[in-house]
Amino acid sequence: MTQPLLKIDNLHVTFSTRRGLVEAVRGVTLAVEPGEMLGLVGESGSGKSVTGFATTRLLDAAGRVTAGEILFRGQDVTKLSGDDLRHLHGAAMSMIFQNPRSALNPIRAVGQQIADAILTHKRISKQAAHAEALELLRAVQIRDPERRMAAYPHELSGGMCQRVMIAIAISCNPALLIADEPTTGLDVTTQKVVMDLLATIAAARGMATILITHDLGLAARYCRRIVVMERGRLVEEAAPTTLFNHPRHPYTKRLVAASPTAHSRIEDLVTEEERGPYVEIVRKPKPPQAPGTPPLLVVQKLAKRFDQGAAAVADFSMTMAAGESVGLVGESGSGKSTTSRMICRLIDPSEGDIVFDGQSIGHVPSRDFHRSPFRKDIQMVFQDPNESLNPRFTAHDCIAHPLKRLVGLREGDALRQRVEECAQRVGLPLDLLPRFPHQLSGGQKARVGIARAIAARPRLLVLDEPTAALDVSVQAVVLQLLDRLRREDNLALLFVSHDLNVVRMLCERTIVLRNGIIVEEGNSRALFDDPKTDYTRELVEAIPHIEIETRLAAAAL
Amino acid sequence: MTTTALRHSIWILRGNPLTGVAAAGVLSLIFTAIFGPWIVPYDPIASNVSQALLPPSAEHLAGTDQLGRDVFSRLIVAARLDLAIAVSAVSLSFVLGAVVGSFCGYAGGRLDRTVGRFVDVMMAFPLFVLAMAMVAALGNRVENIIIATAVINLPFYIRFARAEVNVRRNLGWVEAARSSGESHISVVLRFLLPNILPAMAVQMSLNLGWAILNAAGLSFIGLGVKPPTPEWGIMVAEGARFISTGRWWLVAFPGLALMLAVLCFNLLGDGMRDILDPRMRT
Repeated sequence: MTQPLLKIDNLHVTFSTRRGLVEAVRGVTLAVEPGEMLGLVGESGSGKSVTGFATTRLLDAAGRVTAGEILFRGQDVTKLSGDDLRHLHGAAMSMIFQNPRSALNPIRAVGQQIADAILTHKRISKQAAHAEALELLRAVQIRDPERRMAAYPHELSGGMCQRVMIAIAISCNPALLIADEPTTGLDVTTQKVVMDLLATIAAARGMATILITHDLGLAARYCRRIVVMERGRLVEEAAPTTLFNHPRHPYTKRLVAASPTAHSRIEDLVTEEERGPYVEIVRKPKPPQAPGTPPLLVVQKLAKRFDQGAAAVADFSMTMAAGESVGLVGESGSGKSTTSRMICRLIDPSEGDIVFDGQSIGHVPSRDFHRSPFRKDIQMVFQDPNESLNPRFTAHDCIAHPLKRLVGLREGDALRQRVEECAQRVGLPLDLLPRFPHQLSGGQKARVGIARAIAARPRLLVLDEPTAALDVSVQAVVLQLLDRLRREDNLALLFVSHDLNVVRMLCERTIVLRNGIIVEEGNSRALFDDPKTDYTRELVEAIPHIEIETRLAAAAL
Repeated sequence: MTTTALRHSIWILRGNPLTGVAAAGVLSLIFTAIFGPWIVPYDPIASNVSQALLPPSAEHLAGTDQLGRDVFSRLIVAARLDLAIAVSAVSLSFVLGAVVGSFCGYAGGRLDRTVGRFVDVMMAFPLFVLAMAMVAALGNRVENIIIATAVINLPFYIRFARAEVNVRRNLGWVEAARSSGESHISVVLRFLLPNILPAMAVQMSLNLGWAILNAAGLSFIGLGVKPPTPEWGIMVAEGARFISTGRWWLVAFPGLALMLAVLCFNLLGDGMRDILDPRMRT
């Protein structure tokens, strides 16, 4: 076996914070062969990004490599300085960042930025660099590259920006690419295109790649070897098939269980030991609807136009029965958030009507809806748990707020009991109630958000990507919680998401939205197994599954 | 919460000890403003021509002026008036600016555009000239100095509150407040305003120094407090006549007092920004 391209040996990275030193990486040892794509998988705080940053020497000032070495072609990266370091950045290894739009300079044309990267490392004329930049844009398959050369980052979509980032990263033919969550925040279809492109380019140019991601499915699709990290340690290293079929470490077992596959059910998302009483709740048959019961929610020909622009939503109709769960999926800009906010009566529809429990509520201005008796029946769980809690409210205040406003409870024992009951139902430890949001973890904040939404005992819960910002293991718990609430309280769930795996598990019916128009709807299982329209098929196929048939995209080329 | 906030403040102060010095300076300024008349060695208004224009000495720490009044005593007593003008002017513009700005930032649309253009017009004026004109038109009284100072500060508060609310209005917790049954008005007043208060407090501290300068400036040009009331601006104005004859202490000490007051408020504002910046928290 030849010498590996990159060899990290017993790496320790320490950050100095006010609470003293924090070890972010504690003893990571791994090797990357030339031309290989290695998946570095872990949840937030696992130290995967820090490992990547340490390798490229881009750690911020508070972080320091305290022990171990990083050998790149036999040379210790941690000891480089001056010209050697400059050569290392870009020419020998380069990095692709999570948010492409903020990684690009907003006031410089993208062609210029690529040319700048080339000129830093090569002594060629500006014209030559420009020509090379054009060539690179072509290589990353940007349509009409001549025109795009002069475009600014804000004129390009997220996926396009990430292609430009890839072009910059490969501009000097580095031997190693480090991609840190390169597709997080992109739509599934865009994610697939960008990752396919990255894999193709890396394979064609013989570049080794470290793919840092929280998404096991994504790593499985593109990497032949996956390294799993937990709290700064490397817990398991294996080929995807071995990892999924026979995970050895308990953490890997949990992670594999929590990652949804094309066939998993909600109860599968935790390991058997943790499953407990949940199974019985799921097995209980649904109470039959009395015949002739009117549907809980009827939406008729809903439309929304902002200012004088094109319609964000056009002609949206649906019905929901009590206790039913419906998924609303689509890519960003498909109008799913607008629709959910109209149904939640936070914004006014331009046309159409919303009938809740037999009464029209679509014509009550959203400005006055807080006085409507139905306000407490329709509640919402918001997207990013980090932004959905008032920073000046404790967890208790957050949950108590709707109880005070909508149920009319006053400060006192009755209120405290209701809040504690809600906290218990969502599995929030009671001793966390006096804490402020910044003292809670992401999963705990998500639970507070759900507790607040169910506090007033609503009949319809609208969920706007409630798990998008959460780690998979936390997502698994939150999904089970939602499903249990639906079954126990006969709560109707309208689940807005771009994560099709999650929708398929949680929702009985699914509506696919594109450009504000419904393209397909029906039973979730049927819709995903046998999509009728091309668009839905594209969406379904783009989901990276941790399927056991390892279809390595790079290998197939 | 209070203990963590305290620990956080101490951590910041250790990295930026100047903030502590500035806080001490502001506290002693407030102390002199409250207790000044009781701690001064001489009557600040009583003239004594036999003692006129004495240079600084152990007896008269900052010398005496042309009427034989002790400059040091006048400096101490003036703190109350200068601080009172600055604090009331800044509070006035803060309350008005925060409310108007918050509603503009939350509502957007036509209200926001109208108020925004109005603010732009105001800022296009030389603000000190505007204050001069207002005091001249309304009359040479302390209330009018306060009103004029408040008005010329107003645009900054409106803009600041507008920007701070604008970035928060689409956050989940704002929408959550509405789905919990709050009206638009109570969302602004009871949810958004308290959240922008820390940032506004920083702005206020930075602004206080400026307001003191402004009040002193108005007095300096004769539009403001009238002699013989001790006030830093008037003291500088009156002392300016004696610079050419080498009586520097008449101007230097009130000038120094002004400078220190402004500096302390500015440094405190900077330090508060560090303490209150959520990104500095763990």
